[in-house]
Amino acid sequence: MMAGVSIVNWRDRSNPRRLNNTAFWGIYAVTFLVGSHLPDLANGFLVIAMVVVASVRGLGQGKQESATREEREASARRWGNKLFIPALAIPFITVLGTVLFKKITIDGTPVVDLKQVTVISLAIATLVALATGMVMLRPPLFAPIREARRLLDAVGWAAVLPQMLAALGALFAIAGVGNVVSGLAQRWIPLDNPFVVVTTYAVGMAAFTMIMGNAFAAFPVMTAGIGLPLIVQKFGGDPTVMAAIGMLSGFCGTLMTPMAANFNIVPTALLELPDENAVIKVQIPTALLLLGANILLMNFLVFRR
Amino acid sequence: MLTLIGIVIVVIGFVLRINPLLVVTVAGLATGIASGLGPLAVVAAFGKAFITSRYVAIVWLVLPVIGLLEHAGLKERARAVVAGLRGATTSRILLAYFAIRQITAALGLTSLGGHAQMVRPLIAPMAEGAAENQYGELPEPTRYRIRAHAAAVDNIALFFGEDIFIAIGSILLIKGFLDQNGIHVEPTQLAIWAIPTAICAFVIHCTRLLLLDRRLRAELEHNSEPA
Repeated sequence: MMAGVSIVNWRDRSNPRRLNNTAFWGIYAVTFLVGSHLPDLANGFLVIAMVVVASVRGLGQGKQESATREEREASARRWGNKLFIPALAIPFITVLGTVLFKKITIDGTPVVDLKQVTVISLAIATLVALATGMVMLRPPLFAPIREARRLLDAVGWAAVLPQMLAALGALFAIAGVGNVVSGLAQRWIPLDNPFVVVTTYAVGMAAFTMIMGNAFAAFPVMTAGIGLPLIVQKFGGDPTVMAAIGMLSGFCGTLMTPMAANFNIVPTALLELPDENAVIKVQIPTALLLLGANILLMNFLVFRR
Repeated sequence: MLTLIGIVIVVIGFVLRINPLLVVTVAGLATGIASGLGPLAVVAAFGKAFITSRYVAIVWLVLPVIGLLEHAGLKERARAVVAGLRGATTSRILLAYFAIRQITAALGLTSLGGHAQMVRPLIAPMAEGAAENQYGELPEPTRYRIRAHAAAVDNIALFFGEDIFIAIGSILLIKGFLDQNGIHVEPTQLAIWAIPTAICAFVIHCTRLLLLDRRLRAELEHNSEPA
């Protein structure tokens, strides 16, 4: 599977616009092609090399569009709604794969590792869609790669950001950042008012999610630091309600942080928006209102027991 | 305490708009060193975490297909389809997408959306197309705002729909964590308690979408008035 991705990246890089682009994507391709066989230290240095390339001179972009607007509109008229077939095939087949793979087993063991089902289905769906597109449109053989390079150049280094943040999260975990934070929280909040504690938990989930970039990393820290000892044990709250709404409060934080690159930064690059934080800015009012709603909901519902 | 320096670096770096890749790397190295790991061990840990999360990049596999289709006029076709729909406004399109995305996520079909697969090729052009239909040529800032809204709808609908599905990652994480602490919870209960928030999310954001339509009209109406 990784080979598929690496081949796309690798062939991409055969048409660089500038040396920096080649270097950046080339190194990235290497991590896909041989990363599993390299020692951790080597991989670490590869990552650092990528970052240096991206920061020192920045990545460039080639010519923007590969066809003029008139050409595209003419083509659109010619193909009509058939253009949607490969596009919609992707989610459709992904879902199909996800459902089927869970059921297909050989001798009782699943054909595909269950945890990777969605990802693998997506890969298969993409390949099928690509094949369909190639058959239907009959473009020159290298057209998909050329177009992919155009899009990927537009996205730029943001493409790598989600993985980098995952790496950062791992380092935070190793360093025990979470425990330090929850320790601090416990020392500073007044422990006798249930409303304050609930609010601190919810806001803490959102804030820590903003720092860590995803709610999954924030949840164990906040719940162990504040939720369980205070809300559940001290004030007798219902852990189910607390955990469910707590996680959702974390999601409010996800909406507001550039650390959630997959959701907030990659789209601005994909949609070619000049403001990196455009999506976040749109989401902030909803996120804050929802956080308030969550706090109220938790306060009313968690102590019903 | 010093381990928190990573957080400080991240915050400062993002505020000063320094290249995020650089910020994250420096923050990671700083945190690792502050916690007592030797520099080489930190780099190794970084490398290991990066490699383990490679599956995240699978999304980029859709780029060849999408690129090909766009070259053949996918976005233009999407706009044409929207032009043919009567009564299609930007908000209504985004509202419909919000509902579809949230409901399918609640049913576990979280892959039925996505920024590379859905928003860029289909949803954003459709939303833009609807506005173009109503108001003619759009100024750039308006285009960007509509696109940002399209992306936001995908995120919000997903986040606050998926926790209603029992077998979703977040619920499994909650259950696993609480189990380790000796507390037993039922996934179905967790899913049910996600519903009030999901409803709030729908109400709050859809109200904002309707306000978006009003704002677009106020901004752009004067464009289509005869001189």
